[in-house]
Amino acid sequence: MAIIEVSGLHKAYADKKAVDGVSFDVEEGEIFGILGPNGAGKTTTVECVEGLRRPDGGSVRVAGYDPVADRDSVTRILGAQLQESELQPKITVSEALELYAACYPDPADWRALAERLGLTDKLRTRFAKLSGGQKQRLSIALALVGKPDIVVLDELTTGLDPRARRDTWQLIQDVRDSGVTVLLVTHFMEEAQRLCDRIALIDKGRITALDTPSGLIGRTAGSTEVSFAPSAPLEMQLLTDLPSVASVTRQDDRIVVSGTDETVHAVLSLLAGRGITAHQLRVTEATLDDAYLDLTGTNT
Amino acid sequence: MTTLTRGRTTAVKGSAVAVLKAEARLILREPASLFWVLAFPAILLGILGAIPSNREHDADLGGLRVVDLYVPVALLLAVIMAGLQAMPPVLTGYRERGILRRMSSTPVRPGSLIGAQIALHGAAIAVSALLALAVGRIVFDVALPRQLFGYLVALALVTLAALALGATISAVCRTTKITQAVGSAVFFPAMFASGVWLPVATMPDVLQRIVTLTPLGAAAQALDEAAAGEWPGWTHLGVTALWAVLLMAAARRWFKWE
Repeated sequence: MAIIEVSGLHKAYADKKAVDGVSFDVEEGEIFGILGPNGAGKTTTVECVEGLRRPDGGSVRVAGYDPVADRDSVTRILGAQLQESELQPKITVSEALELYAACYPDPADWRALAERLGLTDKLRTRFAKLSGGQKQRLSIALALVGKPDIVVLDELTTGLDPRARRDTWQLIQDVRDSGVTVLLVTHFMEEAQRLCDRIALIDKGRITALDTPSGLIGRTAGSTEVSFAPSAPLEMQLLTDLPSVASVTRQDDRIVVSGTDETVHAVLSLLAGRGITAHQLRVTEATLDDAYLDLTGTNT
Repeated sequence: MTTLTRGRTTAVKGSAVAVLKAEARLILREPASLFWVLAFPAILLGILGAIPSNREHDADLGGLRVVDLYVPVALLLAVIMAGLQAMPPVLTGYRERGILRRMSSTPVRPGSLIGAQIALHGAAIAVSALLALAVGRIVFDVALPRQLFGYLVALALVTLAALALGATISAVCRTTKITQAVGSAVFFPAMFASGVWLPVATMPDVLQRIVTLTPLGAAAQALDEAAAGEWPGWTHLGVTALWAVLLMAAARRWFKWE
């Protein structure tokens, strides 16, 4: 059942509409991603879920509660990692964890959490002296310290090195496996593709697509690309006429055909029927990157 | 869903204490603030008292010595240092850095951080006042205030007024830098009004009347009266209390959490 329900959400700031009619449901236990270019309204959307912003229109429910009106109930079950929020410069890692643990009625063991996030040898370090990655890991730990049912992570792995990023992804998967629902804001395709069960693509304050990662990729025109150098001249028209082919282009002596899964078979049959060999045959699958560019029409 | 049956709406047990404890530790890590609030007023009293002429009874001062007059001034200096210098940049910084916002996403309200800071700066003023009174009594043989209760009432009111003024400055200033600048701009007139350069009792009549319309000037008069054994004048207490109430309302009205 849906644990987060957002419907017809609107939020405008002085000069512009940040969120313009966003609706989605997040099921209990899933990892739901919100993906989109900078300024698309991702952060505003999750801030309305967290109760940090009051929507101008539409409704938000978290486990049935209104995050603004039932703030006490929502903050107890929802842990948040905010984008660009700091802690007191001179507070140490262990003090911060202890303080935030004390904010919740039934907190997690913060020492175990610190170990999990590789912060054990930084427990006595002050916040201002932490590196960007360490601050980020502390921020994730604080989001989890209240043993939330839902965790909202905004730009989860920004500032992390590739190693720490992979460790964090594993952590998020483990957190989900323990029954926690995860709402993830990201602009990393790899992260979204790897972690999310479903993704909402947001652009200019609206959802442009909402699907599983493979569903989104499948929607892309030319999700599969076949390229080869034919052993004999080949009439381009023959390829274009094949069903399932989206486009055919010639790059020097290579021919690039894009289409769907079926395109591969169709092209190879055609070549075989004419006794043409496909040299340096390459088949590439579209990634979420391609889907993203296709669906938003913008560059990240 | 299990989440619906959870106990809620009551504050999380122990969270207020945890916030206070964490903020107390942080204040102890600010040596500059601690020096100006806790040590400086007593040190200034010590320096002034070390000058022999300041320890001579003066008929113009009603038989008092300069050092006698500077004990309440030292107290007010602690009030100013804590309320106008130390606290406002901390509060603004908490907003500017998103620390209040971060706290907003937990069951604890961000106001508890602000409340803890105000309470701790108030406590620092109390400690500093004790220190200045002790230095005056032990080193320079200054009599303890004869109307002790009235003295404490005046001190409590001016402490509230200064902390509320500090909170108001932080409320209307967007950045830490602006807060520091405005804090300093208010700092010097406040020191003047409390009699750091010229004790209020020795000011010319007109100046004295103007100064006693400010919270610090009025409090200076009230403290002098209580030190001498009278109940402080109601107008002086009233002026200080009125400022405290107005400034608290202003801070509440204008303070933004992000």
